[in-house]
Amino acid sequence: MEQKLFDTNVQWIKYKVLKEVIRRAYEGGLENAYLEIPKIISPGPKSELNCCIYKERAIVQERIHMAMGGDKDNPNPVQVMETACDECPAAGMMVTPACRGCLMHACKDVCPRNAITIVNHRCVIDKSKCIECGKCSQACPYSAIIAQKRPCMQSCKVKAISINDQDKAVIDNSKCISCGACVYKCPFGAISDRSLVLDIIKLLQESENNTRYRVYAVIAPAIVSQCRFGRITQVVTAIKKLGFHQVVEAALGADITLYNEAREFREKGEGAVMTTSCCPAFVSFVEKNFPEFKDAISSSVSPMVTTAKLIKHSDPTARVVFIGPCAAKKGEYTLAKTGGMIDSVMSFEELQAFVDARGIDTTQQEDTILDNASYYGRIFAKSGGIAQGVAYVAGKMGFDGVKPIAMNGIDQCRMQLTLLRAKKATANFFEGMACDGGCIGGPLCITHSPRNVVDVDKYGNEAKEKDIDGSVRLYEMTMQDKK
Amino acid sequence: MTIKVCVGSSCHLKGSYDVIEAFKEVLRKYDVEDIVELQASFCLGHCSRGVTVRCEDGAPVAQDDRVEICDDCFIIHDVNAQNVEELFANEIYPKLNLN
Repeated sequence: MEQKLFDTNVQWIKYKVLKEVIRRAYEGGLENAYLEIPKIISPGPKSELNCCIYKERAIVQERIHMAMGGDKDNPNPVQVMETACDECPAAGMMVTPACRGCLMHACKDVCPRNAITIVNHRCVIDKSKCIECGKCSQACPYSAIIAQKRPCMQSCKVKAISINDQDKAVIDNSKCISCGACVYKCPFGAISDRSLVLDIIKLLQESENNTRYRVYAVIAPAIVSQCRFGRITQVVTAIKKLGFHQVVEAALGADITLYNEAREFREKGEGAVMTTSCCPAFVSFVEKNFPEFKDAISSSVSPMVTTAKLIKHSDPTARVVFIGPCAAKKGEYTLAKTGGMIDSVMSFEELQAFVDARGIDTTQQEDTILDNASYYGRIFAKSGGIAQGVAYVAGKMGFDGVKPIAMNGIDQCRMQLTLLRAKKATANFFEGMACDGGCIGGPLCITHSPRNVVDVDKYGNEAKEKDIDGSVRLYEMTMQDKK
Repeated sequence: MTIKVCVGSSCHLKGSYDVIEAFKEVLRKYDVEDIVELQASFCLGHCSRGVTVRCEDGAPVAQDDRVEICDDCFIIHDVNAQNVEELFANEIYPKLNLN
């Protein structure tokens, strides 16, 4: 298969390692994984990337470690691979030899802190004054001033990444919200999400073809935007061929979440303020940065958990694996509030590796129809989806007090919650999504193309149920206690 | 007895919800709501013959080629909102062991 499956070469290498680990889990050779896989991924004799082939292979070993579960003592699913971290320079604003010492010195004029002086016809930045705003860099007609910042630190909107005395990146778990932005943004692929794929394989194998218990796959609605090769209906068949008993849309749980959130909001009464709870990175962001709004977070569990609850209610010995684009879900599923409903989590990247490692060609599969959820549940995958849905549901309930706003990405979340803190917010229902664009921009998506949002809308429109009533009816029927 | 109506993708598209509503109506009409529990279930694995309904704890006596007998239950295939009452009257009601 072509490398163009993925956006970046980093994802491609991660995929190759995962695929090899999964193949060995089935065909044998896992015990020699650390010895043999590095030589397959980096055959040598010369290193393509690093100082030498030995370092390159040592980094592959770190990737194997992450593919096999990573550091299990670390509660954070997002972890730094120390050898892979290339110790990028982080000197801040730097003047390059392209500076011609011009007459205009726009850099000096634009600097808000008077940090720039012209010495010997050259721009000089006083580091003690510089706030790294980047204005000089934009103003210079020769693009002679560059910002030397670490991409991981820039991608981290909660400032959880710092540099240790070995010049390696370190993640502060007390600040990290496990959104995974750094996983996608590190150009050296030195930060990764731990893979639980070996646990999942064990779960599938021990089910003895779903006879001892049945294993269900709950798929995030963003998956439709990821089906570049084959249709979603073929992907469903492929997932079943991996050994899953059934594939159920998480969007079904999203329908129910919408209903619960609209009802909860109404019950809160006049002057209520509420945020969504489906994005675990956003929930963590609120808990860590705006603790005063903790009680405003909807008490609904996430659509992933709701869907699993439904499954386990109708099939009490069922095991549920969530398949999605999200790093934070790999942490969320272990939290006490999810009640052990989810047994494991797999990313879209891992799904691709799994399907390919098992020799399943998605494009050659039959279609398995997939239709559990409504239009509104399916558009949860994009920013604005919940806001749109909750306004609709509230309207149907004859309740017009809800003023939703979609906060797209952590920067917008921070801005709106800061306004709320200052009592200047105009909205009262806050949809929070940590990733730009919503789940379709998730760090573990195979692609992050602008086309993703079009695919999600199309998929939403294809749902049989245009309304959430059917899903809610089903939920209430399934969950009613046995007489 | 427990009646489980399949709401998996395939049955859903063929009208599971209509079947559920029709069952509710029929259970009310025959006044057996107390002894028959109506539930929804994820895919029962008979997608080509949906909507599928699984009846648990019933005495297995097949009357119709739409009925399939299993170890501890029987399954009725090809159910739709129109034939719910007929199937209930012929296949399920006699097996409720009403005195």
